[in-house]
Amino acid sequence: MKVTFDWLKDHLKTNLKEKNLLEQLTNIGLEVESVENLSADNELFKVAEIIKTEKHPNADRLKVCDVNIGKNEIKKVVCGAANAKEGLLTIYAPPGAVIPKTKMKLVVAKIRGITSYGMLCSESELNLSDQSDGITELPMGYKKNIGKSYFSKSKSNLIDLSITPNRPDCLGIRGIARDLAASGFGKLVDFNEKKIHSKNKHTLNVKINKEKGQGCTAFGSCLITNVKNSESPQWLKDKLISIGQKPISAIVDITNYVMLDINRPLHAYDADKIEKGIIVRNSQPGEEFTALDNKNYKLESGMCVISDNRGVLGLGGIIGGTRSGTELDTKNILLESAYFEPGSIRKTAKILNLETDAKFRFERGVDPLSIEDGLNKAAKLIKEICGGEISKIDIQKLETYKTKKIVFDPNIFEKISGFKISFKEMIKILEDLGFEVKKDKKRLKLAVPSWRPDISQEVDIVEELVRISGYEKIKYIEPIKQRKKPTLNKFQKLFHFLQRSIASKGYLETITWSFTDQRYNDYFRDTKKEIKIINPISSELGVLRNSIFSNLIMYMNKNLDRGFKDLSIFEIGPIFNGLNPGEQNTVVCGLSAGKKSRLSWIEKDRNIDVFDAKRDVIQTLVEAGYDSQKFFVDNKTPDYYHPGKSGRLFLDNGKDQMAAYFGEIHPNILKQIDMKTEALVGFEIFMDNLKLPEKTLNDLKVKFSFSDYQKSERDFAFLVNKDVNAQDLINCISSIDKSLVKDVKVFDLYQGDNIPENQKSIAISVTIQSSEKTLNEADLEQINNLIIKTVENKTGAKIRS
Amino acid sequence: MSDLKKIKDEFLLKLKGKLDISEINQIKSDLFGKSGLISTQFKKIGTIAESERKKFASDLNTIKDELQDLISSKINEVENAEINKKLEKEKIDITLPERPFVRGKIHPVSQTIDEISSIFSEIGFSVEEGPDVENEYNNFTALNTPENHPARDMHDTFYLDEKKQKLLRTHTSPVQIRTMLKGKPPFKIIAPGRTYRSDSDQTHSPMFHQVEGLYIDKNINMGHLKGCLNYFIKEFFEVDKIKMRFRPSHFPFTEPSAEVDIGYEMKDGKIVIGEGNQWLEILGCGMVHPNVLKNVKVDPTKFQGYAFGIGIDRLAMLKYGINDLRAFFDCDYRWLNHFGFDPLDVPTNYRGLSR
Repeated sequence: MKVTFDWLKDHLKTNLKEKNLLEQLTNIGLEVESVENLSADNELFKVAEIIKTEKHPNADRLKVCDVNIGKNEIKKVVCGAANAKEGLLTIYAPPGAVIPKTKMKLVVAKIRGITSYGMLCSESELNLSDQSDGITELPMGYKKNIGKSYFSKSKSNLIDLSITPNRPDCLGIRGIARDLAASGFGKLVDFNEKKIHSKNKHTLNVKINKEKGQGCTAFGSCLITNVKNSESPQWLKDKLISIGQKPISAIVDITNYVMLDINRPLHAYDADKIEKGIIVRNSQPGEEFTALDNKNYKLESGMCVISDNRGVLGLGGIIGGTRSGTELDTKNILLESAYFEPGSIRKTAKILNLETDAKFRFERGVDPLSIEDGLNKAAKLIKEICGGEISKIDIQKLETYKTKKIVFDPNIFEKISGFKISFKEMIKILEDLGFEVKKDKKRLKLAVPSWRPDISQEVDIVEELVRISGYEKIKYIEPIKQRKKPTLNKFQKLFHFLQRSIASKGYLETITWSFTDQRYNDYFRDTKKEIKIINPISSELGVLRNSIFSNLIMYMNKNLDRGFKDLSIFEIGPIFNGLNPGEQNTVVCGLSAGKKSRLSWIEKDRNIDVFDAKRDVIQTLVEAGYDSQKFFVDNKTPDYYHPGKSGRLFLDNGKDQMAAYFGEIHPNILKQIDMKTEALVGFEIFMDNLKLPEKTLNDLKVKFSFSDYQKSERDFAFLVNKDVNAQDLINCISSIDKSLVKDVKVFDLYQGDNIPENQKSIAISVTIQSSEKTLNEADLEQINNLIIKTVENKTGAKIRS
Repeated sequence: MSDLKKIKDEFLLKLKGKLDISEINQIKSDLFGKSGLISTQFKKIGTIAESERKKFASDLNTIKDELQDLISSKINEVENAEINKKLEKEKIDITLPERPFVRGKIHPVSQTIDEISSIFSEIGFSVEEGPDVENEYNNFTALNTPENHPARDMHDTFYLDEKKQKLLRTHTSPVQIRTMLKGKPPFKIIAPGRTYRSDSDQTHSPMFHQVEGLYIDKNINMGHLKGCLNYFIKEFFEVDKIKMRFRPSHFPFTEPSAEVDIGYEMKDGKIVIGEGNQWLEILGCGMVHPNVLKNVKVDPTKFQGYAFGIGIDRLAMLKYGINDLRAFFDCDYRWLNHFGFDPLDVPTNYRGLSR
């Protein structure tokens, strides 16, 4: 909402300065977004006339215009606008002027070889409207103004306020003035719009259909006959220009002015174009009309339309139609001042994707009791400026507005705000805001002003009182340093632990978006359901990620393109399995590319491999407190892993839910995304599948016991079929005698010469130690034989001699 | 001259010369071997006259000790020289680089979340979380933002179904609803997490992070809210003093509502929090609306309290001088390495937020 101090002063008597105003506006919740000094620079923008246009010799779409900028001065300006033509009145900006929208300072410049002195401006460049097609077109009445500044010499700055959606009353200057006055910033000027006393009959019949979902509950109107529409007088033009609006014609300008002044949207129809009266009704599906924005709208059923016998004239409270619009030759006007339901307005505007000033106000709630004030104020101005005769006012209503009543207990104020104000002060603030206040013992009986749809209960009154008395009065109560509940639960603790544990292994943490490119998602989707976003920001971000790999691999590739070769990155975050809340899992996903020890003078470099990923997964889980003795690995992994170089990890011997995948990423994916690296391995730890530790660290420290008896290490080499897993051999040996077998290590793997092709040799070192005695040769020999026999029996292995 | 003196003088002289280890061992054996000169002298003790025996034995022992000490120190000296010679040969260029190591980093958003959690932990808040996908009711309606409420326009929402019932949460406030529905007051929680709005430009990212705060108990008023936020901001920016301004605003789920600005100034192109006359908006807050409490079956005549929502990414940007929001999610190796934190830098109460 744009205002100027000058306009505010129409409603507010004050001696205070603009500097105080800006502070006060923000203090009472009408946030100042920006302050623009229009007067200083904008005198440079002059009304001008194009007297000749020629095609630019070197550019098809440019024109060279001779522009009359007054005082017999003609400037050559190169212009690209399609509507630049001989005789057009427009706005000229000379070199040195700063374009309000772009803040660019104009200079004399050669454009394709032709020197251009200044610029002809579009409405959008001047912040007059969003219109950016072509240059501004001014009405012929401006001809006498050629050479004069387009903007008035107002000394008042343009103040842009951010009005929160609960305060439609402040979408009119008067509402803002009222709030300021209540806060002590001057005195609100009485509003005494005299009523129209007319004997002329209102001859146009208006009817609101009683229908289900009728969006219009009151329709006030009057006829103004024999007007002569013209350009607005200078004061009105200046007013509109001062807040960045473009004057059009007196009738349109007056309705705009009343809307901005007292937040009362109006609509003026050319009464002669209405066939047999107005019917306010729900639209029929498929009905069409052309709106004042020159677009054709096809309506769905149940939209609130203003119609006549021929069909739709306009969408009530949103936009009028071209068929009944006023023009400069309009003689008879029907002036509408109605009340439309916010919900109905919003629904219709959303469906049709329409945004207008009227819609913006009605969807927030216009004062239902302002119908007559609006008609009085506008009709009288029209008569004053355009002449004509005003008829009696006619108001059709489906409902009568009922004033909202609140009984307010003043104690609630301190209970919520934490500070005190006097009873007297409360009453003064509320009365200044327009409440009717009656004391009732220790309570206040309040009648809520009709322009405040946001106020419906006691807490809303508290808000008004705190806001106007000042938020700076709220005290600081120091928080108490006391903890009654643990800050993090076990899952959250594990989350933080895994996050920092992975990072400590050389992985850079990334945070990527929860959505991703469908193509990348498909590589890693596995059997999961694709979840589409209905309104994505772009097609490359069209689905929720089913795996974090989709994003990680994309960003890994970008980093490789930047010339980094050896990288490890990870993310801990959600993946999605369905579109219901909670159908998501927390995953730790890591990805490593390239080599270890590249270009090292001391260590031989090697490609990163699946056992690097396996180490990172296992070490992290061991650090997190899981018992590696119970870990179990198999090779069933999703298709996006290398089928032969990837694994699946369980924490409890395979009896539990899978805890992690790790492995090389399938080479086909690298090929498809054109990724160039020596090796790419990754892992996924599925946090939701990890059993949360039930014990505390204290419980984990069981009784400390160890054996001081001598330990022996025995080495074995077994020849086994290639499909036998090392894990099976290890488990087999470990389970022979838990009191004696303390550790089992694979220290060599051999396949090749001297060994049958389908076999491999696995060398294992076993640590044997008793906690009761020193084992003698016979004891050791016995366990040795047991190991060999058991392994041979269970796995089909043969001991190598 | 006695034999003893002769032996002593002769060998002292010998041992003064330059000897290698075998020569020293030869001397040792010449003196103390089975038929070594000193050993032989010891055997003579019995044959010496009673009157002289004591002195002889004493002299002999002294000479023995002297020679033995000299031999051991000579051996040490030679051995040391040999070791030193060997070590001298082993000398390498110690300025060559160490074995390669890799260093991981924690993302600044994660670090900031941990900092925030640590601060609120000390004043008794616990951490709650909620799903990224929400239903329309929890995200809007339960938060006193019914359908067709213009406040919904402030949230450009990503929807997952045509009926617009499932969406990506536009703020962390639905965690308030979930927390209160599943428990009983008092509630004292923060809820950090991912939030989404279909907005994308220099200063907006379609995904960002918020932390929600909620404190509901008997008699919690706006003074507690102001005190809590003042404490948080001071702790977070690790400054003794801040300038803070509460300013009326509007959120459907709080009444009264406030936006909070902090004072700052620009020094050498960097934002300095707590000084200067510029205001920077950093969060929104207010007293939880009675309608919200009713929606979660909490009696607003008995319980009341405050809620706030803070943009985490923005806090991180302010604290660590990061200019571009989009870079947070761009995964540029150089950026992550530069703005990331060592995993061992865990913000805690006792060691503080930073080094």
